[in-house]
Amino acid sequence: MLLLALAVLCGAAGAAEGERLRLATTTSLQDTGLLDLIKDKFDEKYNATLDVVSGGTGIAIQYAERGDVDVLIVHDKVRELKFIDEGYGLERRCIAYNYFYLIGPKDDPAGVKGMNVSQAMATIMEKGKADPSKVMFISRGDNSGTHAREKLLWKGANYDYSAVNSSGPWYIEAGQGMGATLNIANEKQAYTLSDMSTFMAYQGNLTLVSIIEGGDELLNVYVAMAVNPKKHPGVNCELANELINYLVSDEGQNLIAGFGKEKFGTPLFSAARGNCELIGCSAAECAVSTSASCAVA
Amino acid sequence: MEEIYSGLLRALELIASGDPQVVEITFRSLFISLSSAFLAGIICIPLGGIIEFRQFRGKRALINLIQTLYSLPTVTVGLLVFLLISRSGPLGGLNLLFSPVGMIFGQAILVSPIMVGLTVTALAGVSPQIRDTARSLGATEMQIIVTVIKEARVAVIAAVLLGFGRALSEVGVAMMIGGNIRGYTRVLTTAIALETSMGNIELSMALGIILISISLAINILLNRFQGR
Amino acid sequence: MPLLEIRSLSKSIGPAEILRDINLSVERGEILGLIGPTGSGKTTLLRLVNLLDESSSGSILFDGSLISGRPEREKLAVRRKMAMVFQKPVMFKARVEENVSFGLKMRGRDDAEEMRGRVKEALAAVGLSGYESRDANTLSGGETQRIALARAIILQPELLLLDEPTANLDPRSAASIDSLLQSLAGGSTAVILATHNMQQCRKLADRVAVLQAGRLTAQGKSEEIFGPEEKSKVSGPHACGITLPW
Repeated sequence: MLLLALAVLCGAAGAAEGERLRLATTTSLQDTGLLDLIKDKFDEKYNATLDVVSGGTGIAIQYAERGDVDVLIVHDKVRELKFIDEGYGLERRCIAYNYFYLIGPKDDPAGVKGMNVSQAMATIMEKGKADPSKVMFISRGDNSGTHAREKLLWKGANYDYSAVNSSGPWYIEAGQGMGATLNIANEKQAYTLSDMSTFMAYQGNLTLVSIIEGGDELLNVYVAMAVNPKKHPGVNCELANELINYLVSDEGQNLIAGFGKEKFGTPLFSAARGNCELIGCSAAECAVSTSASCAVA
Repeated sequence: MEEIYSGLLRALELIASGDPQVVEITFRSLFISLSSAFLAGIICIPLGGIIEFRQFRGKRALINLIQTLYSLPTVTVGLLVFLLISRSGPLGGLNLLFSPVGMIFGQAILVSPIMVGLTVTALAGVSPQIRDTARSLGATEMQIIVTVIKEARVAVIAAVLLGFGRALSEVGVAMMIGGNIRGYTRVLTTAIALETSMGNIELSMALGIILISISLAINILLNRFQGR
Repeated sequence: MPLLEIRSLSKSIGPAEILRDINLSVERGEILGLIGPTGSGKTTLLRLVNLLDESSSGSILFDGSLISGRPEREKLAVRRKMAMVFQKPVMFKARVEENVSFGLKMRGRDDAEEMRGRVKEALAAVGLSGYESRDANTLSGGETQRIALARAIILQPELLLLDEPTANLDPRSAASIDSLLQSLAGGSTAVILATHNMQQCRKLADRVAVLQAGRLTAQGKSEEIFGPEEKSKVSGPHACGITLPW
């Protein structure tokens, strides 16, 4: 028994053979299954193991800043730029995009269908305050990219987020991933903001429908960044760049653009390639190979 | 009700058919929690011995503190270990975060109070005559401790089993330290949390049934031991 | 030089004085009978000699050197030259063989062959040959007592401390232990035999010390205490002018 346990322990230590690449990413990429697909291809191609840790953009960036992961895929431009500016990331590289949806009950109790998203948010708040038993909004409340976008939308509708946040029982913070938040919204028949891909992946289990789609305000761009080895010399920068190069290669972009077509009838993501200007990425951010060096000196 | 019933059937099917994902996660869970119980055991049993046998100031208070820590919230242990082994933390160089070894480390810390505390209780239950007899027959302090631990082996094994059960069923450390990485650090509890949030209720239920079965088996084993 | 010398030894527990001003010595190879009623302090004295407890005052010398109050390391070395059989011996949860060889293992002996041989000898000496693989916790009281004795004599101690070794035994077992002790006498092992059984004491002891309420009230040759053998059968200790209160 003792020997067995010892052997098992040694086994655990030995299991870390071969190169491992740690990727922190948002729940949307993980929960839809896209990353499982990417992992399988990447592991095979580079004889490495891609370890995917999923959380919101907030926690993912924190992991990266602490040097606990080698590479990030997130979707919150403001924090991405800050991450690069502060020297934690090598460079920002756009890999995919889609749109956020405003999701809500089929009968649209707040009657926001057809409005632009700022109007819609304002209306939901107004009606929610008036009768929280009819109109509710579920927020991710977890500092994720989607949560960040929601805050931007409140700002766009001329509301101070801290005021919204504490304005009554109509506004609920889930503090969980996108999938769990959709499930809560479904149980409560409430409105919520979701990235399109997670909504599509969960749609089968939901009675909620998308109320507002499209528009620049709802554009959702996924960006990959390698952690700067100057900040954390232990990170696997070379392999991180390999992963990003793979994602923006023809093969990677086709993989992303085709993902979900079979299962959902429509792709969940669009390739960044060729749409750089549309999604607000610079030419360098869409370049095929990296311009940043992993050299520490 | 319908959902629970059909989910249950499908879950049993998954288990019976030896679904590779279910099997893999189950074995990883067992492996990690057994290792952490083992690691904690080799540290906590002698530690419990020292606490029980040495007379020192604050001994009673220390034992009280240890007993208070029995129900240490798993997420706080997760946070503590995260801060320790994160690359920016004092043990960052070991590269343990998001690895099974890190989880073993974290769960070992989590179950340590239970193991130390129950070891102390187990040893206190051994007749003082055993100590006298061993000492009289020429045992050193260390040999006396070992002798008494051997005498209390049933209760000490129960302590280790209890620690194993807690490690197996906790989710805080597993999630925060392991990161729930598919095929690497995903264990029963974190898989259940994830699969439920993803709406894969059948898979969650299958994993849940396995988790409950293992816990049940541990309890039966415990009762067997203590009943003797 | 006596093997063991006890000088004005006292022991108190709280306000209770258990032993007071004990002066006693034991020569090599002799059997000293320590006789006294239950509660007179026999067990306490044996525990002090075995260095299991600390005395309140006074000193114990073994082989001429002071051992009471010394660091545990030195005490252990001396303790390993002794062996004690408690009044109600407990067995370790193991087989008889492990119980009997326990002291040898503590002394770092690990030659399995030698160990088995010595266990066999010790078991034969207490009349329990072939008991090696019995579960030590399923033995009768008499068997337990004898295994405890085997566990002690296997160590070939210079000083053997026996606390009421036959108190809980049937007459046959008691007799066999007595004859074993007799066979030990004259060898290199000195024995302190604490007992309240006068017959046993006079039969076995070379010298006798009488302990009453924590004080030594008399000591001397067995005949001096009990009187000549023939007489004692009639009148017991009273014959030599000592009043034993039980």
